[in-house]
Amino acid sequence: MTIIDQPRAARRHEDAEDFGAEHGRDHAHNPAADDPHRPLGFGRLQRKEDPRFVRGQGNYTDDIQLAGMLHGAILRSPLAHARINSIDTSAALAHPGVVAVITAKDLEPLGLAWMPTLSYDTQSVLASDKVRFQGQEVAFVIAEDRYAARDALELIDVDYDILPVVHDARRALDADAPLIRDDLEGRTDNHIADWECGDQAAWEAVKAKADHVVSQEIVYPRVHPAPMETCGAVADFNKVSGELNLYVTSQAPHAHRTVFALVAGLPEHKINLISPDVGGGFGNKVPVYPGYVLATVGSIVTGKPVKWMEDRSENLMSTGFARDYIMQGEIAFNSDGTLLGLHAFALADHGAFNATAQPTKYPAGFFNIFPGSYTWEAVYGKVTSVYTNKAPGGVAYACSFRITEASYLVERMVDRAAMELGMDPAELRLKNFIKPEQFPYDNKAGFEYDSGRYEETMRHAMQLIGYEELRKEQAEKRARGELMGIGISFFTEGVGAGPRKHMDILGLGMADGAELRIHPTGKAQLRISVQTQGQGHETTFAQIVAEELGLPPEDIDVIHGDTRNTPYGLGTYGSRSTPVSGAAASLVARKVRDKAKLVAAAMLEVSPDDLEWEKGRWYVKGDPTAGKTIQEVAFAVHGTMTLPDGVDGNLDAVVTYDPPNLTYPYGAYFCVTDIDPGTGKVTIRRFLAVDDCGTRINPMVIEGQVHGGLTDGVGMALMQFIGFDEQGNCLGGSFMDYLIPSALEVPDWETGFTVTPSPHHPIGAKGIGESATVGSPSAIMNSVIDALRPLGVTGMDMPATPNRVWDAMNGRATPPV
Amino acid sequence: MTHISVTINGQLVERDVDPRVLLVHFLRDDLGMTGTHWGCDTTNCGVCSVLLDGQPVKSCTVLAVMADGHEVRTVEGLEVDGVLDPIQQGFMEEHGLQCGFCTPGMLMTGRALLDENPHPTEHEIREAISGQICRCTGYATIVRSIQWAADHPAGITNGQAEQHAVKEEASA
Repeated sequence: MTIIDQPRAARRHEDAEDFGAEHGRDHAHNPAADDPHRPLGFGRLQRKEDPRFVRGQGNYTDDIQLAGMLHGAILRSPLAHARINSIDTSAALAHPGVVAVITAKDLEPLGLAWMPTLSYDTQSVLASDKVRFQGQEVAFVIAEDRYAARDALELIDVDYDILPVVHDARRALDADAPLIRDDLEGRTDNHIADWECGDQAAWEAVKAKADHVVSQEIVYPRVHPAPMETCGAVADFNKVSGELNLYVTSQAPHAHRTVFALVAGLPEHKINLISPDVGGGFGNKVPVYPGYVLATVGSIVTGKPVKWMEDRSENLMSTGFARDYIMQGEIAFNSDGTLLGLHAFALADHGAFNATAQPTKYPAGFFNIFPGSYTWEAVYGKVTSVYTNKAPGGVAYACSFRITEASYLVERMVDRAAMELGMDPAELRLKNFIKPEQFPYDNKAGFEYDSGRYEETMRHAMQLIGYEELRKEQAEKRARGELMGIGISFFTEGVGAGPRKHMDILGLGMADGAELRIHPTGKAQLRISVQTQGQGHETTFAQIVAEELGLPPEDIDVIHGDTRNTPYGLGTYGSRSTPVSGAAASLVARKVRDKAKLVAAAMLEVSPDDLEWEKGRWYVKGDPTAGKTIQEVAFAVHGTMTLPDGVDGNLDAVVTYDPPNLTYPYGAYFCVTDIDPGTGKVTIRRFLAVDDCGTRINPMVIEGQVHGGLTDGVGMALMQFIGFDEQGNCLGGSFMDYLIPSALEVPDWETGFTVTPSPHHPIGAKGIGESATVGSPSAIMNSVIDALRPLGVTGMDMPATPNRVWDAMNGRATPPV
Repeated sequence: MTHISVTINGQLVERDVDPRVLLVHFLRDDLGMTGTHWGCDTTNCGVCSVLLDGQPVKSCTVLAVMADGHEVRTVEGLEVDGVLDPIQQGFMEEHGLQCGFCTPGMLMTGRALLDENPHPTEHEIREAISGQICRCTGYATIVRSIQWAADHPAGITNGQAEQHAVKEEASA
């Protein structure tokens, strides 16, 4: 198969238009924005969302005020593992303003004390028998205002018997480890699942013949996506109609509605799930949380709307965390720098309930990507997941379903091989890249990559960063005893789940719908199943339709987030929106175009075969003056004309898009760090991200997505970490302990791009939402380790905080705890 | 209950409030001014930033009663007579926002910075917003947005706005 290469794309790459002389950007002179011939559709365009947000007129879940609304608050367990003997709520109930207090005893008769997770496990809505992690939901107070609800939490008396704790996944499978999930029938240990990919025998054979084999423990610690808006819901149940209006911080409104129908036993057509403006998601708003169920129960019980918004500590301590993979990498290679084999093992800490949000048949997410961007004779991956006394979750934080972990492993291991060989890590990568002519490429671990020109992208990045000069500078600095590091990562992602035959969540195939209505005056409404949390769908999806139909983007409104008004689909996470829903938007517009062709032919009294399309208009071949615009056609089809066969009085269309494969964006990232030898403080001097996400819809939005992900990477690599002590106390439960980068910790990002379209996506787009989060931590850590090489350091784990770097400098590098 | 008088965006507001009520809750729950957001409880994230007598404060760490007799300015007060403040325009021009949740706080801090220092350096801008967290943008575009506002102290007037729109359309 050959790579589809669009002339426009190639030109853009030649121009490297968003890579200027200074810090990788020259936005003031963006040729695309100034190009008078720029077509309707793709290109830099100010966002349609912004006018409301800059006026403070966003409508987030906590902004919703309904008449008579009550406020809920959750009492959470202070203990990581304890048996509940009794819960006394009498004093709380007597507190002024308190309307109701709900415990598991109230939920049991309703069958709601437990709920299913997205991984076919069950999770307590309110703890009945035991608490299994610190921060677990124990009781729910409903009061007239949020202050009274919080006051009453203090008045609930819970009698606990403390149980031994599994605080370290490495101890979860010990013979004497306490059993966490004794609620599950027949369960005798804390093991969840084993998963394998690749070929173990082939890996062993390659390992036996290789000149070198190196192994390395690599921990990707527990972190949290921490969107600025915490999770919450407003439930409004109408007893007469049986209708539930549920406003909720959701990245997947339709999937959540179905889960709610299953959990609460409410008829699905009576649930209106509305995800209003969402203040960041990053995967944190994919799971269904007990608080959503409790707000709903509260509304049913009290007959009034109930709002529940968690606070920051609740968000960090109880909702979907990310990573927590304790990995062992083993790499086999020859002395000439040929990579032969890669083995990865991961011990996955899933917390107290297996609630990871990922396709059902992929219990380790898309860890299948671990061979990365290189050719290998053999690869073998294995992941074992376990229960611990920690909050549930695992798949979140722009991870593309565990691709962050897999990509981090392979990029660290390739650097490790380069160290062993004394070879330049860029050269080693260039020598072993999958070649353009090898696509579609079977990565030997279950994935077939769609397209890539890795060497070209890598060389582009090396040129932009000035790689050779940096190495020279580094050599000079090393001679003076200064610590300067140059880190590289070259990641490949697989995003845009399904296809539905392979990928589902709770039996729901991973496809997405789009519905396009063209009004008589030629204005359009696009209804989509995915939900923006800042990605800018209202703009970029309008641009997709504009590109296909030649309507101005301002004439196209994008409607999303409300299940009453949008077609079914699985939502926004795993960089799905553009690869799946974007394809649906493109195809639904093409359907409209095809219908318009029939109508235009009837209007012009010619055969449809005689028509030719140019943006916005069908015209007669050989007679460009005889044509009908899409607006003219739209008015005519709603008028009195005699309609042609196949057209029933409108141009509207609906599609559901089932992707034939994942798309595979990739990128070359370079990070330059300086480390203070006196304190161990790491400063990122430069960071360059060269991304290839296929066809680019809105470069401004793409740049924003990349910048955000790079900042995530700095947080994870240098600052953020959620640790636990031996009692299972969460040590990262507030922004005072869980440190997020501010404007002072990040450099002015440099970006560049190449364009290699996906051959199977209608517009060739691959998705960009998570690329930088996947690619940046390994570039930063490889840079830190590179800086510390003169001190004999060959590896250290995140986060590279000053004290941990200091330990590594002094030969005491330890995994994070 | 304590009686307070606060000037909010130029308008005098008088209310009886519980002395423990936070300014952010007073604005959001009592006055329905939901442009100011709440994010962390611990003064770390800054999404609740408003101006108190022209100075940025985190309204989750100010009691409503502490604002008694003072002037509060919120995001709702930036647009005057249908004309956006340059800081608002700058954020739209330079993609200084994504989800919009930290945006009101960033706008207010940016406004206060420019009031005091009309031509800040990049580092001065970064320092000014360093008490505020944005999870979406990676800050570079926020810095550019504030620079845009510094470079366009009159913002875009009505005539210019039309011109601006025409230019966008021509290039669209």
